[in-house]
Amino acid sequence: MVSAILGKKVGMTQVFRENGDVVPVTVLKAGPCIVIQRKTAQRDGYEAVQLGLVELPGPRRLSKAAEGHFKKAAANPVRFLREVRLTDSGAEVNLGDKVLADIFKAEERVDVIGTSKGRGFAGFHKRHHFGGGGASHGSMFHRAPGSIGASAFPSRVLKGMRAAGHMGTDRVTVRNLRVVQVLPEENALLVEGAVPGPKGGYVIVRKARAPHKAAARPA
Amino acid sequence: MNVLEKIEQQQTKKDVPTMKPGDTLRVHVKIREGDKERIQVFEGTLIARRRAGNHSTITVRKISFGHGVERIFPLHSPAIDKIEVVRSARVRRSKLYYLRNLKGKAARMREARTES
Repeated sequence: MVSAILGKKVGMTQVFRENGDVVPVTVLKAGPCIVIQRKTAQRDGYEAVQLGLVELPGPRRLSKAAEGHFKKAAANPVRFLREVRLTDSGAEVNLGDKVLADIFKAEERVDVIGTSKGRGFAGFHKRHHFGGGGASHGSMFHRAPGSIGASAFPSRVLKGMRAAGHMGTDRVTVRNLRVVQVLPEENALLVEGAVPGPKGGYVIVRKARAPHKAAARPA
Repeated sequence: MNVLEKIEQQQTKKDVPTMKPGDTLRVHVKIREGDKERIQVFEGTLIARRRAGNHSTITVRKISFGHGVERIFPLHSPAIDKIEVVRSARVRRSKLYYLRNLKGKAARMREARTES
């Protein structure tokens, strides 16, 4: 079985448990996905499938190469393609197979991989949680980084010094999120807590690789 | 309709009574003790309504043994059995936070004239 699915972040809301507890959830549009390519140990050195997220509208223009790639799977072209490893090599997965949100169950733990929101060129405070100086009372040291090195020795700034720079648009994995609800007819997943990226951002949802003991217990 | 909106709509109660700030409410709350469930009533003045879809809340204030007590209830929570409107008062703002600084006679409110 394929143990991951591609999706899109819809947004966050809250749901009630039966006893009145409030659970913050992220709504993910998960799938339907189509198997576009099958990679095997003999030919490619590892077992995997390439999934494509079915959504409308599809890509506007395709290169000849991409056209052929989708033609092989007899599938409509998609915008978002990602490869997912298969754990059991003998798994029966064929080109054109559908992968739906119902591979997950409520209370199960999942890892969600997304691309974090871009922050542009961010300063020390935001990027590395530096404290900064006082704002008033005659302070003349506000948002500067402070000393970034010593003096005559070593006469240079050490490599790896935390500095201002580009932040965000990184691949971020959030592990062990609890699946609150699966809505197969809507192709939707409700996952407890936050998920990286903006609304409409692409995500990969996979079964938790390393559910820790506390997470394995249903809440 | 968007999936998100659908979920929020499912989570929203449809039988919430009409109420206004200044109303005196009786909020019936389900409380679990072990495996028994009972209903507790919290009666007080509605001093604020937060209108925010499925996470709307109401703030109810009462004086309990000389101390002001406020509870914020998620309006659509399944833990709320029902809400009764006991009395209505004429007030001129939507958030009655000024009642926190008043007590006794000063915190009285004039009964609303019922239109009908």
